[in-house]
Amino acid sequence: MDLFYLAISSTFVNNILLAQYLGHCPFLGVSKRIGTALGMAAAIIFVTILSAIFTWSTFTYVLRPYGLEFLQTLTFILIIASLVQLVEIILKKKSKALYNALGVYLALITTNCAVMGVALLITRKELGFIEMLVFAIASSVGYALALLLFAGHRERLQISAIPKSMQGTAIALVTAGIMSLAFIGFRGMAA
Amino acid sequence: MTAPILLLTGIAFIAAIILGIASRLFFVDEDPRIEAVANLLPGANCGGCGQAGCNSAAEAIVARKVEVNVCVVGGTETAEEIGEYLGYDVAGAEPMLACSSCEGGYRAARKYHYSGLQDCRAALQLYHGFIRCENGCLGLGSCERACRFSAIRMDPESGLPIFDPERCVGCGSCIETCPKGIISLVGEKTKILHWNQYTQCLSPCRQRCPAQIDIPKYLAHARRGEYGAALSAIKDKNPLPVSTGRVCPELCATQCRRTINDDPLAINSIKRFVSDWERSSGKRIPVPVAADTGHKIAVVGGGPSGLSAAYYLRRLGHQVEIFEMMPKLGGMPRYGIPEYRLSEEQLQWDIDGVLELGITAHTNVTLGKDFTIQFLLKNGFDAVYLAIGAWHGRLLPLEGKELTGIYSGIDYLRRFHTDEETITGQNFVIIGAGNVAMDCARSALRTGASSVHLIFRFSRDLMEANAHEIADAEKEGVVMSCLVSPVRFIGEGGRLTGIEVQKVTLQERAGGGLPDVIPVEGSNEVLPCDVLIQAVGQAADLNDIIEADGLAKTRYNTIDADEETLQTSLPGVFAGGDCYSGPRLLVEAIAAGRYAARSIHYYVTTGEIPAIEYRQREMMAPAMIDSLVNVVPQPTNAIKPIIPLEERMATFREVEGTISERQCQLEATRCLNCGIYCYDQDDLPLDQLRIAKSCPNEPHIVEKEKNALAA
Repeated sequence: MDLFYLAISSTFVNNILLAQYLGHCPFLGVSKRIGTALGMAAAIIFVTILSAIFTWSTFTYVLRPYGLEFLQTLTFILIIASLVQLVEIILKKKSKALYNALGVYLALITTNCAVMGVALLITRKELGFIEMLVFAIASSVGYALALLLFAGHRERLQISAIPKSMQGTAIALVTAGIMSLAFIGFRGMAA
Repeated sequence: MTAPILLLTGIAFIAAIILGIASRLFFVDEDPRIEAVANLLPGANCGGCGQAGCNSAAEAIVARKVEVNVCVVGGTETAEEIGEYLGYDVAGAEPMLACSSCEGGYRAARKYHYSGLQDCRAALQLYHGFIRCENGCLGLGSCERACRFSAIRMDPESGLPIFDPERCVGCGSCIETCPKGIISLVGEKTKILHWNQYTQCLSPCRQRCPAQIDIPKYLAHARRGEYGAALSAIKDKNPLPVSTGRVCPELCATQCRRTINDDPLAINSIKRFVSDWERSSGKRIPVPVAADTGHKIAVVGGGPSGLSAAYYLRRLGHQVEIFEMMPKLGGMPRYGIPEYRLSEEQLQWDIDGVLELGITAHTNVTLGKDFTIQFLLKNGFDAVYLAIGAWHGRLLPLEGKELTGIYSGIDYLRRFHTDEETITGQNFVIIGAGNVAMDCARSALRTGASSVHLIFRFSRDLMEANAHEIADAEKEGVVMSCLVSPVRFIGEGGRLTGIEVQKVTLQERAGGGLPDVIPVEGSNEVLPCDVLIQAVGQAADLNDIIEADGLAKTRYNTIDADEETLQTSLPGVFAGGDCYSGPRLLVEAIAAGRYAARSIHYYVTTGEIPAIEYRQREMMAPAMIDSLVNVVPQPTNAIKPIIPLEERMATFREVEGTISERQCQLEATRCLNCGIYCYDQDDLPLDQLRIAKSCPNEPHIVEKEKNALAA
């Protein structure tokens, strides 16, 4: 039951994008069309889960035993960056189709704060392996959900009559804010 | 202090080693040119080229999927640099310009009045837009706003976008914006490679023309006196306009929407005028030819299909050589059509127009005797097009078939154009009722025959020849007997003296097709004659070729080829025209030539021939428009001048003349410029214009409008 609550809470209540405000660059950058947003969402889910596993292992088996927790940010950046590179190299060779689908976005999330955020939150919450996995999956799915919803809004916005001063990023940020308010509505549903 | 440093260095080191090993282990062979090209690109990652960023654009350029001038930001300078690096001829990079396929605009019928957001994409979400036509332009100008180069503006008159060719860079952003998909990028290659699709807005005449000539377009140019542009539009689909302008049976005119309450347009007369305008000016309109691709293609047969394939392959940038068995190029139009319909000189103008693009022709060489397909493929030709025609005239296997004086139709007609002696006689009997039979009959009269008798097994309405050919032949004095079947040939001393014939009746055959012929007992009679010409069918001479190269043939004795690609049983060998389809019209041979050019172009450049999506084969439902609203009947004025009967005999002078410039322009103004649903209506008083023009098919909306105004 705890795992279920954890999943619900990290997908909806503490949505990494709309409640914790992490990873806003792709949120604004690649949300103009549902197609690209879908590619980005897939890449985020993939990378978040992988990096969570690796950073958790490093933290639990290397950093903590030697009392080097203060180095976690630096090491995580290093690990995530090399991991994404590695995945890209392997995908390019092994699965051209997957590479073509994720390719452009993989490089973009090397330094994505949502991925980093999930890794850091896991250590802060001191989650176990299974919990870590659920948390990573749920968070990234929450991210994907928010991104896709937002892309849908922006497709509609493109063909709406918007006052000149509000066009573009302005209306996008206002919309993001309203969506964020809506997600706050999930509070109290599960802690 | 040392522990953290060690740790970080350690992790970095491990990561570096893993990455290093991985990049070795999973090394993907990547073209070094991609990186070089990517460096030449501006690196703005703007996506203006339609690719995902500069790197994928570079990949596409190197893979030759897109042209070197694809980069919108870099412009010509970048294109030249990349072209220089890759060693391409940049001048040959074909400019692609946006253009819309909708002619309707405000004149198109409306389903309802739309007053929502003035944006095509928004409007489309309401019941698929307010225009009844599924393909039609909504005219709200989303493309105008999408264009970053101010190349599009909306015409306030017609409500259609106008594209400025000077400003258009071919970036394609309007194409992405247009929710109706009616804007496309068109270059010279696109025009040649394109075939009609059901998704297009095609006027009925365009649907019916086998060569798919854009008829409304050239009529519009002719109307404005732009004969050069009209001719270029024709030549995009038909390289032999002088010949077709004379002998084409005008299938297009049978579908002309004017026929609903009026005469059809004399479309072919206009084509003939326009092509003769060029011919009499003596100066050719220049034809664009793409940069050399380095591919060599052999065309076997210098008839209309071969010439057409050669013409379009050359325009696509390939090297073409034609191999012809006769002493001169031209095929059946030269050796099978009499001078009074199409003279050798007129045909030669068309042929020269093809050869002048830089095509080599070898004459007096026969496939299967002098050379083989394998020989061509081994000697540097990447593909072979077989357009050898149907030169074998069928002869009826009746008693007395060995008598002197019996000839096949094409054998008879050919002799007028070769060194062989022409066949003369007093009394001719001609069997058959196709165009070849009519040509034979009328030629016989001109060579001094005192009587020409044409016999046909079926009834008059089953005669295959063009209606006006039959009428002309009768006017000139050909006696026609229908429902008469030949029984045997009668001769004396080896020479033909007559033919025994028999009356027949017809019986409908269940399941359609030609009716059964039932002889009438005791109706036999003998028609005296000294020359008998059989125009009863033609076939291709394939035996030598099949023996030499193992080409597959059909049971109709034609070359077996794939219907979608025209590729034969041998890879890289294509076939089209009469030798594939059996004897057909000149315009169909020309169409087959362009179709084969398309297949061959894809075959030699990509190795794969894509199928045509939604390829239009049948006429689209004709019931869409059954009456013309606001169109006043206007009889045709384009009657061709015809020389009187007495001047026709004993000479082969051309019977029909070309219409005058005035006639041509007047006739072209009769064109309704049809789309699928809409057409030009006559002008109405200003206050009714918009409403009435918008709605040819739904008069009730017009009435509602009027009532609303009255109330």
